Amino acid sequence: MKPGRFSYHAPGSLPEALDLLAEYGDEAKVLAGGQSLMPVLNFRLAQIEHLVDINRIGAEYATPRADATTVTIPALVRQRQVERSAELTGALPLLGEALHQVAHPQIRNRGTICGSLAHADPAAELPTVMSVLDSTFTLASTRGTRSVEVADFFQFYFTTALEPDELLVEVSIERPAPGTVTVFREFATRRGDFALAGVALSARFDDAGTVTDCRIAVAGVAATPHRLTGVENLVNGTTLGADVLGEVAATARAEVDPTGDIHAGADYRRRLTGVLVTRALTDAAGQASTEREVSHA
Amino acid sequence: MTLGSGKFIGTGMTRREDHRLLTGKGRYLDDLDLPDAAAAAFLRSPHAHARIARFDATEARALPGVLAVFSGADLMEIQKPLAPKVLHPELKDFPRLPMPPVEVHYVGEPVAVVIADSRYVAEDALELIDVDYDVLPAVASTAAALAEGAPLAHADAESNVAVRLRQRSGAPEEALRTAPHRLSGEFQIMRGGGHSMEPRAVAARFEPATGQVTIWDTTQSPHYARQQLSVIYDMPEDDIRVIAPPDVGGGFGPKAQFYGEEVVVPWLAIKLGRAIKWVEDRQENFVSAMMERSQTHRIEVGFDDEGLLIVVRDIIEHDQGAYCAGLQVPSITTSTVPGPYRIPNIQTELYACYTNMVPTSSVRGAGRPQAVFAMERMMDRIAEYLGLDPAEVRSRNLIQADEFPYQVGIMFRDGSPLTYDSGDFPALLNGTLGRLDYPAARAEQEKARAEGRYVGIGIAVYVEGCGLGPYEGAKVRLTNQGKILVTMAAAGQGQGYETVYAQVAADALELDMANVVVTTGDTGRIPFGQGTFASRITATAGPAVFDAALQMRERLLDTASRMIGCDPGDLSFAEDRVCLNSDPGKSVSLLDIARTANIGKHGITLTKGIKPGIETVSYFAPARAAYASGAHAAVVEVDPETGGVQILRYVIGHDCGNVINPRLVDGQVLGGFAHGVGNAMYEEPVYDADGQPQATSYLDYSLVSAAEVPPVELFHLHTPSPLNPLGAKGAGEGGTIPAPAAIANAIEDALRPLGARINYAPMTPARVADAAFAGTTEKSQPC
Amino acid sequence: MPDRTEDGHHITVTVNGTGYRRVVDDRLTLADFLRERLRLTGTHLGCEHGVCGACTVIVDGAAVRSCLMLAAQADGTEIETVEGLADGPELSPLQRAFQENYALQCGFCTSGFLMSVTAALREQPIRDEAHARDVLSGNICRCTGYTGLVRAVLEASAAAEQQPAGAGVGPKEQAK
Repeated sequence: MKPGRFSYHAPGSLPEALDLLAEYGDEAKVLAGGQSLMPVLNFRLAQIEHLVDINRIGAEYATPRADATTVTIPALVRQRQVERSAELTGALPLLGEALHQVAHPQIRNRGTICGSLAHADPAAELPTVMSVLDSTFTLASTRGTRSVEVADFFQFYFTTALEPDELLVEVSIERPAPGTVTVFREFATRRGDFALAGVALSARFDDAGTVTDCRIAVAGVAATPHRLTGVENLVNGTTLGADVLGEVAATARAEVDPTGDIHAGADYRRRLTGVLVTRALTDAAGQASTEREVSHA
Repeated sequence: MTLGSGKFIGTGMTRREDHRLLTGKGRYLDDLDLPDAAAAAFLRSPHAHARIARFDATEARALPGVLAVFSGADLMEIQKPLAPKVLHPELKDFPRLPMPPVEVHYVGEPVAVVIADSRYVAEDALELIDVDYDVLPAVASTAAALAEGAPLAHADAESNVAVRLRQRSGAPEEALRTAPHRLSGEFQIMRGGGHSMEPRAVAARFEPATGQVTIWDTTQSPHYARQQLSVIYDMPEDDIRVIAPPDVGGGFGPKAQFYGEEVVVPWLAIKLGRAIKWVEDRQENFVSAMMERSQTHRIEVGFDDEGLLIVVRDIIEHDQGAYCAGLQVPSITTSTVPGPYRIPNIQTELYACYTNMVPTSSVRGAGRPQAVFAMERMMDRIAEYLGLDPAEVRSRNLIQADEFPYQVGIMFRDGSPLTYDSGDFPALLNGTLGRLDYPAARAEQEKARAEGRYVGIGIAVYVEGCGLGPYEGAKVRLTNQGKILVTMAAAGQGQGYETVYAQVAADALELDMANVVVTTGDTGRIPFGQGTFASRITATAGPAVFDAALQMRERLLDTASRMIGCDPGDLSFAEDRVCLNSDPGKSVSLLDIARTANIGKHGITLTKGIKPGIETVSYFAPARAAYASGAHAAVVEVDPETGGVQILRYVIGHDCGNVINPRLVDGQVLGGFAHGVGNAMYEEPVYDADGQPQATSYLDYSLVSAAEVPPVELFHLHTPSPLNPLGAKGAGEGGTIPAPAAIANAIEDALRPLGARINYAPMTPARVADAAFAGTTEKSQPC
Repeated sequence: MPDRTEDGHHITVTVNGTGYRRVVDDRLTLADFLRERLRLTGTHLGCEHGVCGACTVIVDGAAVRSCLMLAAQADGTEIETVEGLADGPELSPLQRAFQENYALQCGFCTSGFLMSVTAALREQPIRDEAHARDVLSGNICRCTGYTGLVRAVLEASAAAEQQPAGAGVGPKEQAK
């Protein structure tokens, strides 16, 4: 399990990195945290000619930024860095909650947020989380810089809007509006495993407990993180009473078409999706009600 | 000296191995510095069954850094069968060749080997070898293998059945016909692997000057490996030295087997005149290290109104894999079914099938977990059917403490009648239930059920044949440095032999442990041995060490008495000296004795009566296997919607006879239990129908971490074995054996309100949830 | 960035307080660099895909898998391996806790556990069993069933809390 031959490049700046990507295109692969890429290389599952290690492009890419409206996470921010920042997890509790369930600390110490997003494993936590947040991806190449909304970023299994010569420079996430409740739920066989199914939820509740702007994305049951618009429509405008919650699972099941694998069949994953979405909504309603009680107390 | 009067046996001594292992100074095979050693890498079959049509390594040979490439056909001189360990007259055996030149029978079978300057380059070369295969049909389960018109795992076979093993006692057919009640069940246990954290490895160096080849091998059985090589190479055993390195990173069974790589690597070291090292990587380990477990049991029990067993009949399909590495596992399965119960009529019938998957052999538990799973699932079903408590049904059927030796009526795999030597099964079961506070646990369960929670309790009791023959041995020598050196043939993989056998020897010698050094696993140091497997070393090598050390004590006292001029009976040890009881000032040290009797003075006559050369040897051959036993109880909570299972409590009662180091025995049992949890809920090397392995990384093959293994309440009984002077039995596998059964019983119990049936191990979330969802569809029906 | 010549990348690393300058091939992993080039063989390879944790070392204060890093990437870093934990023959408090609690058998996974736990204890104390199991869950042990490991972690953490800040987590390096 030794990697095959490749040329290792460690550009010292973003322009240098982009030049290399422009030069080598399809033959190059970006190395950030390496926690998904290095196993692929060790298994020799992919033959890569040029490895562009971006870890030395500059300290500014390893520093998250937060202002009144937006949190920006550049390419070299490690997952553990966000997880251990009270400021960032306070701003984006959903991200904090999900990060705890990404593999193990030793992996999160190296693994980057942007790397996980660019890798686009549909069973992974972070792409699913981004799918319910107002997140914008900044893609750079020697041709220029462009912004892509999350809805357009994830395209297929391990496939994103990134062109071969482009680098995901940062992801910007708007702070959720006041009154927003978020929940991350997943079910995995073991601690740290990829989820058999997972759900990220963001919803706003008004003073009467009525849901607005509910966003639900599920992991592990489609080729990309998958928004459940049917369930969102079902619950928006309701107070999540038992009658509505009772319909959630069936609605969710109808919205996914998972494939089975050696860990679980399609039927199980479909049922699990219904279960997790129902539980996530129940959690959210509980959280919202607690918060109302606190604010009215 | 009598057993138990010493200071060390029975004491939790700190391990001598630990300091080097904790400081990174262990010497595992890949850590051994063999200057200028080349690296080997094996090309492995990508097909489950195929004929090699064309082999071209031209490009690979031309790669800079590559020293040589050999296909199987290039090494015909070593293409001799790797013989099965345990045979049967009716076995249809297909030769397992080190590197088959013509036909391959499983994905991962070695096809060619590259020798290169580094493993990196060797792997580069593998990618340049061009092989054309004619792909043949494959079978990848016992069900597929036994189906009518099934493809043949070996193209020239008549059927896929390797052998049919039958055991019977009493009149089972008649008993089944007349039993007041009968229940049947079908249970399937999937494959599982050993997964020692250090994979396999072999290194070798040939000395042309002496004609000797030295082989470092992570094997559990260096003497067995030497014997196989001696036959295959047609070399006297004295020219082959097999050394299991001082540190081997776990064994668990697969390293007790003998593999083609162990033949090819040393042979090429001889042929090329260059030291070669091969370290199996995890990817190879997944497709080439032997596995175990997969069996299907169709079991039927007959019993009376009180739940007393009258008969058990178990028809078993056993997955032998692509070749028969031996019938030890299926043999053990057939004799483990009856367990701790009085069963007047027994019939087991096992069909060992060839399939196009990695060959199977022992993995921690070795055929026992499957048998216990089938039997203990049926004990619960009997209780359910009669409306009795499952603990009560077990209790009524247990062999009682005054019934030993107990003849079960069938044979064990060691060739002797299955005769339990000692034990106290009621005390084990009651002790386990007591620690669980069983009535309180049942009350908790009722309460949970009323709250809509799914809590269940599972029990499993087992008997484990261990301490198998034929023999194990030890040499004890007074070294020229004045230390007592214990040399054992057995090779350890983390069991703490250097500590345990120093304890045994020190007590026999009545010397402090500080004077004793233990060395293991080197055929150059002791000529005869068998190996570490079947939880056998404490019960076989232990008595040998003890006896050789007793002899050594006599030799030391005798020599000292001649040196001091007194009677040996007037002497005793104080630290490293032998002193005259009446005048401790008169003494000789161990070093003085060594100087006198071992080193001597050239040409000077030895003092009259002193016997030169202070070395003793003992080989212990048990009359038959000893039987350890245990009872496990689990309390679980199941989420029927996700299939998630949480083990809330787990109690283990364990009886392995007298123990040498209780802390190390605890470690063995708890480690075995974690393996059992893996078998129960997580581990499965899935193959598809074409024999392609689907779980070949630790992302897909789930080993348990600390987060999955629950805390365990562990207690011991010590009913000594009468079969060896230490009264010891084996401890290495008992933790594993009943865990899947206990957990399955608990899960089914938890889901009883839903009528779910748990018939598979591992019980993955999807299987549990599917069973809960399917509800009542698979109940055992009275027949 | 590491200088590249025809021979490879010229890297400078500090391992257990000692500086090394070496030329490494593009694809040499950090694990193989430590084991084969520096002959620090206490770091073990159990899976080479980042799951088993046997190869865990501490790089610039963070526990990472050395099988998933290239040696060239380590240029300029400070690395701690199992060989650096003890002070001469004197075991570190964590190593001692491992020994006293029988937290190892074959020892192959042990270095990885020691490095993971050493890093975790520098971050915060580990006071309960659930936390200990969580910290340990990134490493696999096939021998012990984890009971001794859990006890060792709790004991080492409790001992460190009774010591002046930072004691008990390795004699040479403190969290930076």
